[in-house]
Amino acid sequence: MVETTHEPTERVGLLRVLGPAHVWALGVGIVLVGEYMGWNFAVGKGGAYAALMACWFAGILYTCVAMIDSEVTSTVAAAGGQYTQAKHIIGPLMAFNVGLYLVFAYTMLEAGNAITVGFLVDTVSAMTGHSGIDQRPFIILAIMFLAWLNYRGVLATLTFNLVITAFAFTAIILLFLSLKPWSGDSLLAHADLMTDLPYGWLGVLAAMHFGLWFYLGIEGTTQAAEEVRSPARSLPFGTLAGIMTLLTAATLTWYICVGLMPWEYLGQSGVPLFDAARLSESNVLMVILGFGTLFATLASANGCINDASRAWFAMGRDHYLPAWFGAVHPKYRTPYRAIIFLVPIALIFALGAPLDQVITFSILSGLLEYTFMPFNVILFRKKWPLESIKRGYEHPFHPLPAIMLLLLCSVAYFAVFLGYGTQLIAMLIFYVLVSLWFHFWRYRFVYRAGQFTMPWNKPAGY
Amino acid sequence: MARYVPPKQGKIGQVIDVIVLLVLAIGSLYIPLFMGMAGSTKTPQVVENPTWESLGQNATMVQRWNELGYADPASAADIITARFDYTFSWFSLGLMVVILVGYFAMMLILSEKEYREMISEKFGNGGRH
Repeated sequence: MVETTHEPTERVGLLRVLGPAHVWALGVGIVLVGEYMGWNFAVGKGGAYAALMACWFAGILYTCVAMIDSEVTSTVAAAGGQYTQAKHIIGPLMAFNVGLYLVFAYTMLEAGNAITVGFLVDTVSAMTGHSGIDQRPFIILAIMFLAWLNYRGVLATLTFNLVITAFAFTAIILLFLSLKPWSGDSLLAHADLMTDLPYGWLGVLAAMHFGLWFYLGIEGTTQAAEEVRSPARSLPFGTLAGIMTLLTAATLTWYICVGLMPWEYLGQSGVPLFDAARLSESNVLMVILGFGTLFATLASANGCINDASRAWFAMGRDHYLPAWFGAVHPKYRTPYRAIIFLVPIALIFALGAPLDQVITFSILSGLLEYTFMPFNVILFRKKWPLESIKRGYEHPFHPLPAIMLLLLCSVAYFAVFLGYGTQLIAMLIFYVLVSLWFHFWRYRFVYRAGQFTMPWNKPAGY
Repeated sequence: MARYVPPKQGKIGQVIDVIVLLVLAIGSLYIPLFMGMAGSTKTPQVVENPTWESLGQNATMVQRWNELGYADPASAADIITARFDYTFSWFSLGLMVVILVGYFAMMLILSEKEYREMISEKFGNGGRH
């Protein structure tokens, strides 16, 4: 159990019950849904080859994220993840913004998952002769059920995630093997279905926008820092195993889908892997991938509720938000007020916004968070050099991953700008306004020294 | 350094703060949607009496369209011909860069000011607290 050194008294803390497998399940569980839906919009933005290049460039971006994050988080073992890192390394305003990035990235992703659950139910209903059903009850039910699960306890929540994530990942492998890519009579027809780049190289840049969806959320493993038994070992292990799993799943998914569907269809499909299973001529595979899609969306929404609520809770505990949100349930030891509060926000977007918009909101918040990471790790190494703090993991080739991450983020901003520039500017204006609100109003309610909770030396240069 | 003691915020003040944050968040995300400025939509090209050949589809593609539920070229024409418009103005791009860089610059500068105050109160002039 974690005790805090804040001035506000904490009666109970979060439970330390999780192992590396749960960390893997949290990270991969949030992200794997990206293989089941959303990534294929990259095909629509640039064509099949562009999506593959986006998949790999995004893979490099997220490898940098995972390496950087693993080092910092192996020393900052507290709920809030990157929010807590920013608070100790850059400063309160940055931390407040990072906390909001986390909450919005995960809440929008949760909304996107719920939309997909509704769409899947609708698709399956239409296939069985019951077209035109109302998707909204399924969207509401999915969010409410998972919020209840999160309310009841983190161990059950992430054990549930472990099981359904493993099933969804296995389903992709099974689909790949069943299509026998090594065989001459395979249904995969890349030579006939692949085309030149429909938008040229500009489309490759544009595809980077949804290429992020292959991996978005892997950094959420850090949110479990305060509930993991051995954070210095489990967090780097779970995060790096997670990114390796996702690189494999992303490449397999791309290979399967572009070998089965014309790119124009794939680029707008709501459930591409399920469509791939429909084309596999196997009812068993169709059922497995149908459940795989359902489980992947539920696992992702589940992890998102977990992560968004931890970030909101941590900000409440520090008084960055009203302290009321910083409460832990006396019996279940979960941040129950934060969990409940974020439910209607997810519902507002799940019921009222189109899927590509919701995904874009999530990606933009994620992108802002990744832009913060290079500054974070460079300042971390500067303020606390390697010999000054024992790290559970030291990422190699510093500062190369940080520079690479910043460059790839710049490319991704341009990719989002191509078509979704209005949202990008609207979101930036929002963050500028809330930053001013925090600095000139909200920060007066925050204890100064009480924010710094790590047992570290004074930072160099201060 | 004197320890800063924050004022106690009343319940109504806490509620107002949450409402302000939510209005800003939901408003800024929804306003582009309501104003029809959000997102880029693909625009299909009008093709009179489309055939699979005129849509550039080979035999394998046609077979897959059929299996996906598109029995004739007219039903798939809008999906096949739809394209994004990637033309953009350099002014818009410049505006985005200025806002983005300005936002991060503002945040780093204000954060640094708050951070120095926090470190000063936490550690004073000594080393480890």
